[in-house]
Amino acid sequence: MNNIVNIVINDTPLQVAEGTSILHAAKMMNVHIPTLCHHEDLCVAGNCRICVVEVENDPNLVAACATPVRENMHILTNTSKIRTARKHILELLLTEHNINCIKCSHSNSCELQHLALEYRSDEEIFIDLRKPSRTDVSSYAIQKDDSKCIRCTRCVRTCAQLQGVNALTMANKGNLAKMSTFKEKPMAEVVCTNCGQCINRCPTGALTERTYIEDVWNAIYNPKKHVIVQTAPAVRVALGERFGLKSGHRVTGKMVAALRAMGFDSVLDTDWSADLTIMEEGTELLSRLKKVLVDGNTSTVLPMFTSCSPGWIKFVEHIFPEMIPNLSTCKSPQQMFGVLAKTYYAKKKEIDPANIVSVSIMPCTAKKYEANRSEMRDSGFQDVDYVLTTRELASMIQQSGINVLTLKNETYDSVMGESSGAGVIFGATGGVMEAAIRTAYELVTGREVPFDELRITPVRGFDGIKEASLLLENTTEEYRFLEGVELKVAVAHGLANARNLVQAIKDGLVSYHFVEVMACPGGCLGGGGQPIPTNIDIRAKRMDAIYKEDEKMSYRKSHENQEVLTLYEEFLGKPNGELSHKLLHTYYTERNRY
Amino acid sequence: MISNNEEFISQLADKYGRNRESLLPMLQEVMDQFYYLNEDCMITIAKELDISTADVYGTASFYSFLDTNEQGKHVIRVCQTIICDMKRKEDIIDAITELIGIKPGETTHDGKFSLHYTNCLGACHKGPAMLINDEPYTELTPEKVKDILVSYMKK
Amino acid sequence: MATELKRTELIFREDIDHSALIRKIMKMGKDSFITELIESGLKGRGGAGFPTGLKWKIVKEDPNPVKYIICNADEGEPGTFKDKEILEKASEKVIWGMALAAYITGAKEGYIYIRAEYKYLSTKLKIAIDRMESHIRTLGINFKLGLIFGAGAYICGEETALIQSMEGRRGEPTNKPPYPVNKGYLDRPTVVNNVETFVNAMIIADIGAEEYRKLGTKASQGSKLFSISGDCSKEGVFELEMGMTVQQFVDEFGDGDTKAVQVGGASGFCVPRKEFKNTIIGFEGVPTGGSMKVFNSSRSMYNILENYLIFFEEESCGQCTPCRVGTQQLLHGIRAVKRKEKPKIYLDELLRLAYTMKYASKCGLGRSVGNAFRSIIENFREEIVY
Repeated sequence: MNNIVNIVINDTPLQVAEGTSILHAAKMMNVHIPTLCHHEDLCVAGNCRICVVEVENDPNLVAACATPVRENMHILTNTSKIRTARKHILELLLTEHNINCIKCSHSNSCELQHLALEYRSDEEIFIDLRKPSRTDVSSYAIQKDDSKCIRCTRCVRTCAQLQGVNALTMANKGNLAKMSTFKEKPMAEVVCTNCGQCINRCPTGALTERTYIEDVWNAIYNPKKHVIVQTAPAVRVALGERFGLKSGHRVTGKMVAALRAMGFDSVLDTDWSADLTIMEEGTELLSRLKKVLVDGNTSTVLPMFTSCSPGWIKFVEHIFPEMIPNLSTCKSPQQMFGVLAKTYYAKKKEIDPANIVSVSIMPCTAKKYEANRSEMRDSGFQDVDYVLTTRELASMIQQSGINVLTLKNETYDSVMGESSGAGVIFGATGGVMEAAIRTAYELVTGREVPFDELRITPVRGFDGIKEASLLLENTTEEYRFLEGVELKVAVAHGLANARNLVQAIKDGLVSYHFVEVMACPGGCLGGGGQPIPTNIDIRAKRMDAIYKEDEKMSYRKSHENQEVLTLYEEFLGKPNGELSHKLLHTYYTERNRY
Repeated sequence: MISNNEEFISQLADKYGRNRESLLPMLQEVMDQFYYLNEDCMITIAKELDISTADVYGTASFYSFLDTNEQGKHVIRVCQTIICDMKRKEDIIDAITELIGIKPGETTHDGKFSLHYTNCLGACHKGPAMLINDEPYTELTPEKVKDILVSYMKK
Repeated sequence: MATELKRTELIFREDIDHSALIRKIMKMGKDSFITELIESGLKGRGGAGFPTGLKWKIVKEDPNPVKYIICNADEGEPGTFKDKEILEKASEKVIWGMALAAYITGAKEGYIYIRAEYKYLSTKLKIAIDRMESHIRTLGINFKLGLIFGAGAYICGEETALIQSMEGRRGEPTNKPPYPVNKGYLDRPTVVNNVETFVNAMIIADIGAEEYRKLGTKASQGSKLFSISGDCSKEGVFELEMGMTVQQFVDEFGDGDTKAVQVGGASGFCVPRKEFKNTIIGFEGVPTGGSMKVFNSSRSMYNILENYLIFFEEESCGQCTPCRVGTQQLLHGIRAVKRKEKPKIYLDELLRLAYTMKYASKCGLGRSVGNAFRSIIENFREEIVY
């Protein structure tokens, strides 16, 4: 299968594995071939044709992305014929495209614009074919503007292959071909999980997040409002990319400083409520285990699914509503933070919660939807007022005139600003599981998890579905019922993997006690609100950064977070207690699968 | 109505199987039954085949004989391609318009007829040609069209 | 004085005992027949012209236990109606030709993918299929044949698009490789042949490669059905030998005032009067799926081209840029030149674009849209401009 073949690219001989695409072979030789419909995370489409190259003895050009090399293939990547074709293709796309770059939020990440600049497409050769269209702003999370679509189908492939959702499709044919939902319904009415992975892979600005930047500035400028902000774990390892830093460069301290300089009244950390989530979710898991293993309670089901990822939650509501009882009732860290900001924080700081504006910075677009769920108002107000993505935060920092890279590192405010390393790793796939195990194991056995430096490596990394098991021995008095139990867990990231995993669970092919799912590939670090572009290398660097951040923390386990412990002492009582249930837990709603 | 649809489509799925390959034949039978693909049927088909509604719609909308908008009971498709064009297909359209009062793209108020242009019907040597539902009619003249339509009005 | 066209009467011959033919081939052996088929020089009659014997050989030699035989009856090329004629008058031959292919390659299942516009043929075809299935069982061959209807999409005549459509998807051509012979319907090795090709395979089984080779020319062997329409002395389907010149054709079928002949449908070439004498109809000259459209001097070549481009704009699958946007630009472009909104040299820009569409499109449709465009613009430029 993996035969080596000899090829020649632009006079340079090369040996590559049979089946390698011309595009990939050229990349190995540092020969750049432009692409648009190609994306490393997705299957090959071969639609845009911008990557055409010449192959000796073939009168036609071939798409480099879709053509495998064969023995003795002679390939040319820069000839008059190729250049003319590429320029034509680019010009053709530009005649369909709404060239409104100045007003387009994806200007700086638009691959079409980069190519137009590269090829100096400064004259209008062909006739303008733009059709009038209206931007779909029905969704709290994702905005869809057909006039900018170049029919590359990256979004359709993302939704189908990576996410297994298939909310998007190509519709019609010929000159009427367009990206569409079922019967062109608004995004808010279809099975969309709001994960935003389509945004991360859209080469233009056809799919973008719905922005709330103006609302947040207005709140900041309003002297009557006390504006607080929380930042999710994965934001700090990716924000720097928008300021020219390499992927994986952590900017936690500078981000905190920038937020403070921008005028937020208090800069707090979602990592704190991630630790809190572990306390609640870990307790819920143990009580579920007791109900099932000891009490034989048939209304309690296992495995328990994590509930931090709002894309995953909406996915379950749409696709597997019968599995809703498996979802942990815990709100996500964002929403736990939100409800406590307008109750506990308000009380402690003696501020009228009506005057608190709660902003969150998330690597996520689904969080925008989550914050707007009607059930997320247990404080008596909308718990989280505005959700901004990492990208929007970068824009706001730029707008504020702050040079974030020159700022001195600052630390989060108190209360609700302290965090452990366990809270940080929520940003990577497997992180919630690792954090939960670090705490639960210790609770059950009284000992630290038996892993070097607390690194629970079986649940780390990019495998689509990861499994681990942990034998519980020498348990404490309270958890004697778990003595000898082999705790079995699984972790999935990317909804297509999640779909396979849940189906296998449903079919009885596998069984676990606890399952973590993150909607996005790589977890939140690959979230739909993160800087563009994304690929496996970028995600790997962000992941390294997350684990580095974990290891520098003075506390590495959620139950050691002092501010969380204080919260229980002063306000909530105990995990899964009455007030916890009222404020920190939620319910789910079955939605249309089709 | 809804339960009827569900039963009808479940029978189709039994007949063709619940694989993706069954999608087109099922859509075609829905067309025969309802003259267009109503939303409810598309949703039910998605359910039976366990594919997304977007996939059903995306596939259906690719094909010009699968309408996702309401159509008349009798769909008239007049060939617009070159030879029929040369053989005065416009006279045929005019005759139809005069008789039933609709232009290409429209449906009569009584829901009896829809009129469309279509691409080459493969009857160039006997143009102008049209299709009413599955039935081809060739070597048309405005007079002939009138007789044909009158026969459909009675159906 | 025109030389008379050589007509053949092979395709619609009725005195054939198909069952006996298959028995003959069974005696002859699969490999010998494939050799015969290759030696006959038969090329696919859909227009692309891939050697049929080779196609069958590849599928036969594939170890995959499940294989399919598909008859491409999605005849949609403007001006082409010969497959319909075959299915109306000689469907038995097509069906037995498929059974032959199944026997040779080891396929147990086959489908006729037939365009929605020909749905009225279904009852007749089903009867013919039932008859063949029961006959062939008595020969010890197990072959099940199904009928699948298209739903109105010209592009589904492209074999990979046809397979996508059969699989219940949008009829969008896929990247090649993989080719259907290796990975076709449901990812299995698949023979996809045109209606007429299966008939020709039966003819070769009947008369042998040697006799068959005597028909036509070296590059274009055998006889061919032509769909003839337009400004003609007679229209319809005619079985002619390949290799004639356009002049010979016009002498017999023209109305005495022929200005141009479109060979090969909207995606073929437009041959102007001055080229009639030295243009051969066949793979060595202008290749054709069998469509011949005749235009006399009363016709506006602008109208003809515009009509073609409207067709392509609608019938492009829409996935690849050169074809989707290119067809629109060609159409809007000639309209703009006609309306004097663009200078006449804009046609040169469009010609260059037509070449890009030919080189860079994903499938045969996009690659051939430029054929008619180029041959009309190059030969009838004044008619487009004024």
